[in-house]
Parts: sequence; C-alpha cells; structure tokens
Amino acid sequence: MLQTISYLYQVADVFAFLVLAAAGLAIIFGMMGIINMAHGEFIAVGAYVTTYSYQAGAPLIVGMLLGAVVAGLFGVVIERTIVRRFYHRPIDSLVATWGISLMMTQGALLLFGSGAPGVGTPFGSVAFAGGSFSVYRLVLVVVAVLMLAGLYLVFMKTRFGVHARATMQNAAMARSLGVPVDRIYAATFGLGAALAGLAGGLYAPTMTLSPMIGSSFVIEAFVTVVAGGADVLVGTPPAAIALAVIKATATAFWGQVYGVMGLLVAVCLVVRILPEGFTGWMTRRRA
Amino acid sequence: MRPSVRMLLATAAMFTALPAAADDSDPIKIGLLEDQSGEIAITTLPKVRGTQLAVEEINAAGGIAGRQLELIAYDPQFDNAKFQEFTRRLIDSDEIDVLFAGATSASREAVRPIIDRTDIPYFYTNQYEGGVCDGNMIGTGGLPEQQFSTLIPWMMEKYGKRVYTIAADYNFGQISAEWTRKLVEDNGGEIVGEEMIPLGVSQFGQTIQNIQQAKPDWLMTLVVGNSQASFYEQAPAAGLKIPMGSSITIGLGFEHKRFKPPAMENMHVAMNWFEEVSSPEADAFKERWRAKFPEETYINDMGQNAYAAVYLYKKLVEMADGSTELADLREQIATGQACIDAPEGQICIDPKSQHVSHRMWQVSVDAEHNVTVERSWDKVEPYWLGEVGCDLTQYDPKDQYTPSYLPEPQ
Repeated sequence: MLQTISYLYQVADVFAFLVLAAAGLAIIFGMMGIINMAHGEFIAVGAYVTTYSYQAGAPLIVGMLLGAVVAGLFGVVIERTIVRRFYHRPIDSLVATWGISLMMTQGALLLFGSGAPGVGTPFGSVAFAGGSFSVYRLVLVVVAVLMLAGLYLVFMKTRFGVHARATMQNAAMARSLGVPVDRIYAATFGLGAALAGLAGGLYAPTMTLSPMIGSSFVIEAFVTVVAGGADVLVGTPPAAIALAVIKATATAFWGQVYGVMGLLVAVCLVVRILPEGFTGWMTRRRA
Repeated sequence: MRPSVRMLLATAAMFTALPAAADDSDPIKIGLLEDQSGEIAITTLPKVRGTQLAVEEINAAGGIAGRQLELIAYDPQFDNAKFQEFTRRLIDSDEIDVLFAGATSASREAVRPIIDRTDIPYFYTNQYEGGVCDGNMIGTGGLPEQQFSTLIPWMMEKYGKRVYTIAADYNFGQISAEWTRKLVEDNGGEIVGEEMIPLGVSQFGQTIQNIQQAKPDWLMTLVVGNSQASFYEQAPAAGLKIPMGSSITIGLGFEHKRFKPPAMENMHVAMNWFEEVSSPEADAFKERWRAKFPEETYINDMGQNAYAAVYLYKKLVEMADGSTELADLREQIATGQACIDAPEGQICIDPKSQHVSHRMWQVSVDAEHNVTVERSWDKVEPYWLGEVGCDLTQYDPKDQYTPSYLPEPQ
C-alpha cells in the first residue's frame, strides 16, 4: 500500500517539476524557436524576487506572483532589445541567450552575493499509510495541472492565443491579416519568461537560493521540451508523464544516478524514434 | 634610425636581467585557485578571504624572511578544466613559488598531476576523504581519522547501528561513503542504504522515501554544493526527522545560518573549526576577520584552514632559512617540528603523510539552530596514512589510498 502510494506521489512530484520547469521553455523554444539558454536565469529571477519579497514581509504567494510578473517584464525587455533580432536564426539565438545567461549569473553573484537565507517550505507534512509526504509538493502538482489547463484556455480560447499561434505559424500572413506581430512576439516571449519565473518562485522555498539556482532546472526543462516537441499543449504533458514514470522508477530502484541517466537515455530514444517528439506523434494520430 | 650601441646594451641588459628574477628582495609569489563563483562559491569564498587576510597580516609584519608576499588569484568557477588551465598559467607565466588550490577532491586530483611535475609545494587546505600520499602536497584540512573515527562510533552508541548514507557522486562522496561503511561495520553496525547523488541534483523526493522505507537509526549526509543542500529543506518538509551526521555541514557549509530552523535540527559534525568555538586565539582571529570583512555570514572551516595554511608555509620557509625550494621545505617537515598556533589551536605537520594534526570539536545542532560542543580533543594526529605504509620521508608514490586500496609494502 505504502509502496504504491509513495510511487504515485513520486511520479506526480517529478511530473510537476518537469511541467513547471519546462512550460516557459516550451513556449519560447518549442513555439517561438528561440533556443533560450537564459531559461534558468528567468527561473532565478522568479526565485530571487519571491525570496526577497518574502524576507521584506510580503506573503509568500504574493512574492511568487510578483516573481512571475517581474520575470515576465524582464522577458519583454530582453525580447525587444535582443531576442527579436534572432528569429529564424536559432543557432545565433543560442549564443545570444547564453551570453545573457552568463551576465545574469555573474551579475546576481556580484549584486546579491553567493546565497541568501532560506524561506522555509510551508504547510508541513502529512503522514499516510505508514509514510509521510510534504503537503507543499502536492500543492505543486495541483499548480502544474492548473497551469497546463490555463495555457490551454489562453492559447485556444482567447484572441491573444489565436494571434500567437497564427504568428508563430506564419508571421507574414498574420501581419497581412492585421495581427500586431511585433507585440505578439514580445507578449509570447514575456509569457514564457513569466512561467519560468513562476517555477522559480514555486520552488524557491524548497531549495537553496544561489545565482546558479536555475541550472538545476535547465537539463530537465530541455529534456522535456525536446521529448515533447513544438507544441506546449499537445507535447509537453505526455512527455512529462512518460519522463516522470521513467525517472521515478529508476530512482526508486537504483537511486538518483540512474534516475538522471534514465531521463537522458529516454530522451535519446524519443528523439530517435519520434523526431518531432510527442507533438509529432500526437498530431499524426489525430490526422 | 640605426640603433645606437647604448640602446643595444640597454636592451641586452634588460633581457639578461629577467631570468635572474629570484632575488632575495623580490616578493614570494603565492598562487591561489579557489572557486569564487559557481555551485560551491558560498562555502569557498571564505578561503579567498582567509588567504587575503593572512597575506596582508604577514606583509604588514615584514613578510617571510624579509620578503613580501604577492598573491595571484584566479577564479576557476567550479570547473576542473579551468583548475588545470590556471595551474599551468600560474606555473608558466606567473612563476609562482607555492600553490594553494582547490576545494573539491575532483579539483585537487585535476591539479595534482600538473603540480607533481614541478618542484612547487602545493597546499590543499580542505577537509577531504584522506589518503593522498604525495611529496608535493601538504594537506591541512580534516581527515577521516579526525572526523569519521571520532563521530561515527559516538553516533552508533547514541542513536543505533542502522545507518543510511547519501553522498555526492564523485571521489569525495564515494570514498567518504567507503569510510562510513568501514567504520560502521567495524563497530558492529549495518549500512541499510547508500545512495550516490549526482552533482547538481536538487530534487530529493524519492531519496527521502527510500530513507523512510529503510528505517535507519541515523543518516550520514555527504551532499555537496548548493543544489544538493536542498535536501536539508526537503527532508523535514516531507516529515523525515532523523539524527544526521556529516563531515562537511555546519562548520564548512554553515547550513544552520542559511536554512530556516529547524531544518538542521539533530545534525552532528566533527571538525577542526566552527565559528562558535571560543578561545583567546579564536576570538582574536574572528575579530580581525570581521574588521576586514564585516559582511561575512560565517567564518567557516575552509576560511580558517586557508588562513592557517599561509602561516604554516611561513613557518616552513623560516625554518628553511628563507628557502622556498620544495626539497628544503620537506627537509623541515621531516623533522616533525613544523608546528604553528592556528586560530583553532596548535597544528603540526606529520612527516610521513604531510598532513596536519588538529584540535577537534564535535558539535550538535538544536531546533533553534544553536550549536553545542558535545566533545573536543586537543590533538588528533593524521595517523592513518602512516599506519598503512605511506612514508614520504622514504618514498614518494604520489598516489591516493583508501581502505580498499592500500600502499604496497616497500
């Protein structure tokens, strides 16, 4: 009994981490085609804003939302000044965003030092069927599912979502139909950055704050986006579920080393068998 | 314009003057490679500051044998390739007289093959898994016989014989886990679980469940770096409250200052320095440190060791009548008289292993993150390498030994 519950809890925990870590990148890399090496630093912006606003006396949830907003605005600025020059130049975008990443990490180190006092994980733990589980991490699972639902609504049911999908599919056609393409690009990039910031804020209480905090999300985020393919709605959820099962199982049986290895082997296989990731597979099935 | 004879002579004089640089009045060049950014910078930055403080004090007091010290430091950014690159640069272009380098055992093993090809003394100032028997290297941090042999039997007596180990997956964690296994089994206990964690891993949900299911009496934590330190936040949040032992927390990682209480409750560590330790020398040292670096969160073991190591070097050079040659310094080490009064207390270099004896403290942490000294020892010798057959006064294998890899009898 405990084995089953604990296993499901672990799969859900890894799933939440993968979805939250990857959602912002799935929009910026998957949809917009910008290989965003500064993804981890957007996450760090969220984590820093959350931690420092909590230390300044703001409620934790306000701090997290503030983290997302600041990261989003920061993303818009980066898009307008730098990233917009690199659409359709994915390799150059990699170098440019990597530069942004290096400057932000070192800048944070110089400005804020190498660490900060922790926030502490809220809600405590719940004992169940002979084991005990962190309540906060269950909340994170719920947030991850709500975030996917929210993204579905934004991209499928709002004017912005239709414009964004049209712009990413064919910018010239969208522009000629009167879509404000430049603003859509900026807003979509900002949304991706805001989701990254939200992930940083959500995980800040459970981790050690440092200028490098984003780096422990980046591998998982890229792996999930590569396995998921271009579409954050169709590709990311099944990719996150499949990878969560593989990682949780390998870690449960053989420990963390094999969990990390399992994740990387799985993504190699996915890329080999499904070159367009789960997105390609799902859309082909639908067609 | 044709060069005049005078100019030619001047140029020639300039070039001939360069190789004869090792004048007695020239400064002694100290190379320093410690991570100032990257995964472990929060704990290694105090090493840089400790070295700076010692160099400044020594220079203000007239230098070493009349020569000033010149500190040349680079930031290897937690990257072993950069450790090697900068070691070569320090040797080839900066022409250092002595090297102080490395916090992780991975970086030390990256540096050692390069420095071993030279006649430059190398101070490794970190606590580590022990076992390096290398004539170039002087190890000034805590060792398993000082940290594990003191702590583990005490933990087993107090909390029980079923032990679970989590350790960073590189040479430090692997060999420290081996030491834990050996000492637990030698004392009639059982390792009920052992998990290696890759560097950079920050999510411990499954590891916490594995520990809960194995039901150990206590937990040995040997996790390294900012990401892995997240374990201390995630374990109590998931309801895992268990006595813990470690060789690197509190005194080195000052997690009790970084995490919200009671994350580090019931943590036990044996180490040669904690900022909480008080003695006339320790208090004076802390005062000098805070006068120079008022922002310091915690003066950690790494900072104290780095500071003391410069004074140890000063002592050796003075004993060798001002020579900075490795052979002359090792001759002085062989006398067994190379001792200094460090902030922790008196420390001496053991001739056989070229490691240092330490004043040791064992502390525990309570729910409010107060640190209490449980036990202390005036002097714990670095005896293990000598016992198993490393004798640098006779033979220099430049190798690293572990309980399962012992020196061949000479």
